[in-house]
Amino acid sequence: MDDAMDDDIRALYQEVILDHGKNPRNFRHPDDAPLEAHGNNPLCGDKLTVYVRLGEGDTIEDAAFEGRGCAISIASASMMTGILRGKTVAEMERLFGAFHTMCTGEGEIDAAAGREFEDDIDKLRVLSGVKQFPMRVKCATLAWHTVNAAILGEQGASTE
Amino acid sequence: MTMTTAINENIDPKASERANFYDVEAIRADFPAMQVEVNGHPLTFLDSGASAQKPVQVLERMDQAYREEYANVHRGAYRLSELATDNYENARATVARFMNAASADEIIFTRNATAAVNLVASSWGRKNLSAGDEVVISHMEHHANIVPWQMLRDEIGIVIKIAPVDDDGNFLTDEFAALLGEKTKLVSITQTSNVLGTMTPIKEIARLAHEAGALAMFDGAQGIVHAGIDVQDVDADFYVFTGHKLYGPTGIGVLYGKRDILKDMPPYQGGGDMIEMVTFEKTTYREPPARFEAGTPPIIEAIGLAAAIDYVTGIGQDAIAGHEVELLNHATAALSQIDGLTIIGQARQKCAIVSFTIEGVHPHDIGTIIDARGVAIRAGHHCAQPLMDRFGLAATARASFGMYNKKEDVDVLVDALLYAKEIFA
Repeated sequence: MDDAMDDDIRALYQEVILDHGKNPRNFRHPDDAPLEAHGNNPLCGDKLTVYVRLGEGDTIEDAAFEGRGCAISIASASMMTGILRGKTVAEMERLFGAFHTMCTGEGEIDAAAGREFEDDIDKLRVLSGVKQFPMRVKCATLAWHTVNAAILGEQGASTE
Repeated sequence: MTMTTAINENIDPKASERANFYDVEAIRADFPAMQVEVNGHPLTFLDSGASAQKPVQVLERMDQAYREEYANVHRGAYRLSELATDNYENARATVARFMNAASADEIIFTRNATAAVNLVASSWGRKNLSAGDEVVISHMEHHANIVPWQMLRDEIGIVIKIAPVDDDGNFLTDEFAALLGEKTKLVSITQTSNVLGTMTPIKEIARLAHEAGALAMFDGAQGIVHAGIDVQDVDADFYVFTGHKLYGPTGIGVLYGKRDILKDMPPYQGGGDMIEMVTFEKTTYREPPARFEAGTPPIIEAIGLAAAIDYVTGIGQDAIAGHEVELLNHATAALSQIDGLTIIGQARQKCAIVSFTIEGVHPHDIGTIIDARGVAIRAGHHCAQPLMDRFGLAATARASFGMYNKKEDVDVLVDALLYAKEIFA
């Protein structure tokens, strides 16, 4: 029964994603994270809380999360929190832009961002399988919208 | 005619006998969607609880009405407008017969079931409820039967009470009865849970509500499809349902209300068609149902709904219910065989809606993966978040069956779920 659709499904649910989905990294509520935001996807009921601590020069010193959701949203939050540590807020925003482009499959990733975050983009590329599943793009980007909201001080993020 | 009894326990022993004469292939041939392919697989449509597919009889009737019988209603002094008006009012009569309403004047066409609940809350509620008055709903309600009452609570200070369900999803009638008292003005309960499939004892609920001096309203969005309704037998004061789940078009819903109650209700929206006389000083309103149908109504949709009702009654609601018992029993048995799968909602009285979770696979992922095999189910909170919270879940997967589903659909679902499990293994 292997058909093209099965290949898309396998591309969406790669080992790395399943592993992050089952054993999410940075899945905790830090004692000293002054910034947080709740993200939810009203469509499916996924809920995440992302915690952030900023240091000097707007550098993300710690990023963690809690919540529940599908394999894609949990894996994305797990990978994102690892990747963001040590980045500045401005870098986070540029990387989010590149990631968003990758997930929607609309247009090309900005060349400068592609060079700047080559390794990170390579890692995040496992999530780009969502571009074949428009309903699931929101799952992959929920954590990023939420961390954005946490840092910008918005109350919460919603992908709808 | 209508079945208000449970169907999964075969309380009606002839149900499976009748199902033997049920020609599901002939029915499938009437539904163009049954021929659709999705992702290279034949569509296995198990989301009728969200919205049902439509038979050609409905599509062709609507097409014909648009092509050959179309004009605005209640207006023109010409033949075509008379014909459209007749069609529209005959649709109302068809709905009235289907529900066994005492009169077609008790049938108000709305946009959907949600609009019908809002009509009652806005018109009847604002006139008859004041601070401290109580409205009793159940833990199983769809957001459409929660939020309008919360809006009234915030506006005028009514109190909302919640009738509980047990862990299997049974409606707890004694606990419900204990909530009723002098301050209870309205009981508004679903006939069938869209998540658990639970059928509530509507006749008993109405009796208890009336005993307490309250009105009884039922959300029949799911219930009318699976069990039908006899509003006089149940003694419902209000009953709402929607056309698109009953194999009819979108954009048409129904509010049934007892004539005496409707007569005392103020208009919901103002506009054309609902007035007797308008001057800039004063306007007088027409009698129900016209009073509640401001503006050009969903004419073709009403005609389509009547065609859907004719189709359903032509097959026979008992026969459909009997077929659905078989599907429910088969699905319950087959799904229970899957390791790690838990069925949410095992009420004694249940219709062909099966919610479930699979350990280690989120419902949303299940939905995406089995769609690759052409299987359409619903994944999420089903617009019933308080019920999800009650069961400690953020989401479930839900297979809901319709008259065109066959036992093989269950087998395709099971195979697809095993595939999902394999990916997550």
